[in-house]
Amino acid sequence: MVENRPGFNFLAHAILVAGVILVAFPLWVTFVASTLRYEEIVAVPMPLIPGDQLVANYTQVLTGGSTKGSQAPVGTMLFNSFVMAMGVAIGKIAISIISAFAIVYFRFPLRNFFFWMIFVTLMLPIEVRIIPTFKVASDLGLLDSYGGLILPIVASATATFLFRQFFLTIPDELAEAARIDGAGPIRFFWDVVLPLSKTSMAALFVILFILGWNEYLWPLLITSQESMYTVVIGIKRMIAGGDATTEWNLVMATAILALLPPALVVILMQKWFVKGLVETEK
Amino acid sequence: MEKRVVFRSAWLPYALVAPQIAITIIFFFWPAAQAVYYSFLVQDPFGLSTQFVWFQNFQELFQNDHYLASFKITAIFSALVAFSGLAISLLLAVMADHVVRGALAYKTLLIWPYAVAPAIAGVLWAFLFAPSIGIVSYFLRRMGYDWNWVLQGDQAMALIVIASTWKQISYNFLFFLAGLQSIPRSLLEAAAIDGATPFRRFWTIVFPLLSPTTFFLLVINIVYAFFGTFGVVDATTQGGPAGATQILVYKVYYDGVKAADLGGSAAQSVVLMAIVIVLTVVQFRFVEKKVQY
Repeated sequence: MVENRPGFNFLAHAILVAGVILVAFPLWVTFVASTLRYEEIVAVPMPLIPGDQLVANYTQVLTGGSTKGSQAPVGTMLFNSFVMAMGVAIGKIAISIISAFAIVYFRFPLRNFFFWMIFVTLMLPIEVRIIPTFKVASDLGLLDSYGGLILPIVASATATFLFRQFFLTIPDELAEAARIDGAGPIRFFWDVVLPLSKTSMAALFVILFILGWNEYLWPLLITSQESMYTVVIGIKRMIAGGDATTEWNLVMATAILALLPPALVVILMQKWFVKGLVETEK
Repeated sequence: MEKRVVFRSAWLPYALVAPQIAITIIFFFWPAAQAVYYSFLVQDPFGLSTQFVWFQNFQELFQNDHYLASFKITAIFSALVAFSGLAISLLLAVMADHVVRGALAYKTLLIWPYAVAPAIAGVLWAFLFAPSIGIVSYFLRRMGYDWNWVLQGDQAMALIVIASTWKQISYNFLFFLAGLQSIPRSLLEAAAIDGATPFRRFWTIVFPLLSPTTFFLLVINIVYAFFGTFGVVDATTQGGPAGATQILVYKVYYDGVKAADLGGSAAQSVVLMAIVIVLTVVQFRFVEKKVQY
């Protein structure tokens, strides 16, 4: 604070509180709706104080989905989302860290070419190659499988850049000392580089987990069986169409279940999250 | 930047890059090349024969009123999302930078929407604005405003703008806050001693010094509005009513997957590819370098 202006301080707090309320309002209404009976929501306006159906609604969606729309249990979808998010996050970190290590610590023909190839993937998001990518995945027999959800999106230019950037800051003396002591590249990677990269990996993991959990277009294309839906895909199928036929209390319970895991990751791992966000965008 | 000390091995570096390069070729380069190839083809309605037609798909695309309308809709949508997202989060970041007490609490309470999937954000707001049962719709009706985004195009646009902006505020907020905290306090103190009000200090010192961050966020927000909002549209309006919210990414999906128009959808993919390339080049060439104060 530069100077003390009580009026301005008050204004700042007022604006921030308004911002927090604006941001939180949809979440509150969603939570309240997830604890009500269907009849209570349809009776406009719906109450803004939680009802008594919390356990009933959540048990219903976790085990049996909605009763009128999709009846796929949300429990299975949450598990699919978790497998996909973990697979994508760990897979991206693993293949990016080894390719960055190769690019930084070796001189070999085609090194720049490979680096350039990885860079170009930034310009080819799934949205610009929907049909052909689907065909490739289908030809490889990846439809409706965890491999299909994870493999095609597991390359990461951003993660490779981040590790490359980080490796360049590791003092040369460490590699020199390792070499004098007779350690080969694999030993050096395992005993020196990997332990030093822990913080970068944690920060990246938080970001990639959230991205994997929230991925929408790819699971939409590759899954057709309800048992393979991720939760962000499944929720759309529960919206049967039309206000009157959609069981909003159950849809809202599913929405809370779908946003809770990534939101908890952001809040509980806030430090890593901010670090990851800032570093991946450099 | 290069390392002085390197290891030597004839095969190890290739083995290390192999997984990444394999995925890149199989799932990125090959499909992208296919998309370019398809864009020169026309397929008969039964998918039995295809014909090579050079640029006919592109010609038809740019003579198609629906496609041109989709371009215009995407431009309006991106401008609205980028502008409102940046304005709201800048205001909140300036206030959060100013307050001493409760700063961390405000930050925590403002960043969590980043974790919400675009599709879920769409569902949340679609519920609030649901024509017959939504609580916000109810109050709008009470105020005499006829709200029904299922029928009215501009209201459907408003809905997807609000949902998309809401999700993006936390991201912009974090970057603005980091930018604000890196501005030297001595500059602001000097201006304050000279009698500049907080308002004046913001426009003459803070805002110009923040311009690299703002420009960076502008690019990121445009990319987000173009490509990151597919889930919002698919979970709410699905391009409707009557194509009023059919942004380019949704149209390419709809024409390719639902309408099974192979050549036309591929031509749209190629146009989108050109847009991403331009945006990526802008991001890497100009951001943080060319914008100076």
